[in-house]
Amino acid sequence: MAELDLSKYEKILFKHVDQEGSDTIDYYLKHGGYEGAKKAITEHRPSEVIDIVKESNLRGRGGAGFPCGVKWSFVPQNTDKPKYFVVNADESEPGTFKDRVLIERDPHSIIEGIIIGSYAIKCNVAYLYIRGELVYGYEQLVKAVKEAYDKGMLGKGLFGTDYNLDLTIHRGAGAYICGEETGLLSSLEGKRGQPKIKPPFPAVEGLFRCPTVVNNVETVCNLQHIINRGAEWFKNIGPEKGPGPKLLCVSGHVNKPGTYEVPMGINLKQLIYDVAGGVWKGNKLKAVIPGGTSAKVLKAEEVDVPCDFDSMMAIDTMLGSGAVIVMDDTTDMVDALYNIIRFYHHESCGQCTPCREGTGWLEKILKRIMAGHGRMEDIDTMLNICDRMVGKTICVLADAAAFPCSSIVTKFRSEFEAKIQQGAGYDKRIFTGGPLVQPGAVSRHNQERRKDKDTPNRISLDPELISKPSQSKVETTS
Amino acid sequence: MSAFQEITQAAREDERVEFSAEAKKKIEWIYTRYPNREAALLPVLRVAEKEFDGIGAAAIDCIAREMGLSPGYIYGVFTFYTHYKRAGEGKYVLQVCATLPCALRGCRDVVHHLEDKLGIKPGETTEDGKFTLKKVECLASCDTAPVVQINDDYHENLTLEDLDKLLESFE
Repeated sequence: MAELDLSKYEKILFKHVDQEGSDTIDYYLKHGGYEGAKKAITEHRPSEVIDIVKESNLRGRGGAGFPCGVKWSFVPQNTDKPKYFVVNADESEPGTFKDRVLIERDPHSIIEGIIIGSYAIKCNVAYLYIRGELVYGYEQLVKAVKEAYDKGMLGKGLFGTDYNLDLTIHRGAGAYICGEETGLLSSLEGKRGQPKIKPPFPAVEGLFRCPTVVNNVETVCNLQHIINRGAEWFKNIGPEKGPGPKLLCVSGHVNKPGTYEVPMGINLKQLIYDVAGGVWKGNKLKAVIPGGTSAKVLKAEEVDVPCDFDSMMAIDTMLGSGAVIVMDDTTDMVDALYNIIRFYHHESCGQCTPCREGTGWLEKILKRIMAGHGRMEDIDTMLNICDRMVGKTICVLADAAAFPCSSIVTKFRSEFEAKIQQGAGYDKRIFTGGPLVQPGAVSRHNQERRKDKDTPNRISLDPELISKPSQSKVETTS
Repeated sequence: MSAFQEITQAAREDERVEFSAEAKKKIEWIYTRYPNREAALLPVLRVAEKEFDGIGAAAIDCIAREMGLSPGYIYGVFTFYTHYKRAGEGKYVLQVCATLPCALRGCRDVVHHLEDKLGIKPGETTEDGKFTLKKVECLASCDTAPVVQINDDYHENLTLEDLDKLLESFE
């Protein structure tokens, strides 16, 4: 694939984050801050703002990649109920740390995006839900909101019009599920962060049962640039169906982990080797998770692919939140998967049985394999459990756990087999159809069963077959 | 003692705790930001966390009276979230990120080192009440892994030597 010349790429979202004082309103105003919001409110009607954003093909950066303008247009125009604009800063997908940079270093760009989004859907109350762990980020936002109120960017009569907007920063308290939009709304209502069944979609009945739009931090940060420079300009960055600047977080076994602003559609290989400095310690690449741990894993030979929503979907994974986790050839994939599944089991909210039990079973099976008591049929049991989790629950947490599990098990199956064969012999009787059998030997138990021809044998008792797994064990471990 | 018994006991007149005037003022302001009182629960729990140095049965009873919600409901919401400081936790809560990106860069060594050094397992508090060790999920700082959050602050790119120095710096 052709590599992009990144030296010509002009940073948009991260233009100011490295500068001294970029988090203050004075700096922000000096560098063209709040111009986009002013232009939107004074020059456009709300419906025009929605049309511009629709035209720009801006897609949500939180994970699903849903077109932002289309989402806004679902909000009913004529309703007596209040409407709410909610920004999701509950960044908790493992491997994602892009919004944190914007929150801590450029909070006013988020506030400006919130003004534009709220104006477009004609709402007067906005909330920003930030995860509880980001204490510094919360303080930065509270400070920025106060500055914005003082300068008249929030409150009553924005930019000399009769448009009012109130913004409240709401702090979460450590729950991955609150990053899911309906879970987030439950949490904002002061409840447990349990997702709700859709439909009704939040655009029709969301926060406090009123029409609500939930957007990601990075999504709203794009809005002022689209208003200022036009939808055509935005569409020219990257692929037309999902254009724009994208923040990608590279973590794991690379030399230069970090958040990088790149145009949508950058090659994943280029990102890992050029931008992030390649795999650390001179090791070889083994696997990459391209969109947070909820995405399906890619093997080293599959990474020559553009980072955009559609290209990733075409190879059966997803760009998700843009969290690229790189694993080198020393990584134990069984251990990695155990870590991922442990996370989802911990974070499952417990409403739906397939998710609550499925993640628990997967964790137990993996723990057993790790402890050396794995059974060969565990591999298929895991795949079976994954099948029974996908698409069977209120929210997509079950899918998010099943995708990495099924893809890692399928793509690195030999590692699981090796680990199971390496394990303590005792439990292998399940696989071999009787108590532990040494290579070439036939146990007394099996001999007895063989004599009794009426006993239905599910598993072949041919000594050749019985000894095979143990022999291959020697090969894989030596 | 069950949580129910603890809260019932804390609700007795002589064991009650109350919000200070300053905290009450803050809570009144929080109410104005939401269309109903119930929605203010998470921020009010934060106020209580600071006010009572960790949330326990007495704090839950106090919030229940303040907000007009049942203690059981508040307990249910409170225990759903993992980040609130609980009553009885140490002065310094060491939260080691144990999720995949940190695990790839050696968070396990950090946990083992802390276990050896402090003589406690994750979820426990040292006898002098100074340190609580916790394993937590992704702290959104994967580029600077391994990461430990100690109370409100992140400590990033940790080596075991850094960790030793850090622990010594806490009195």
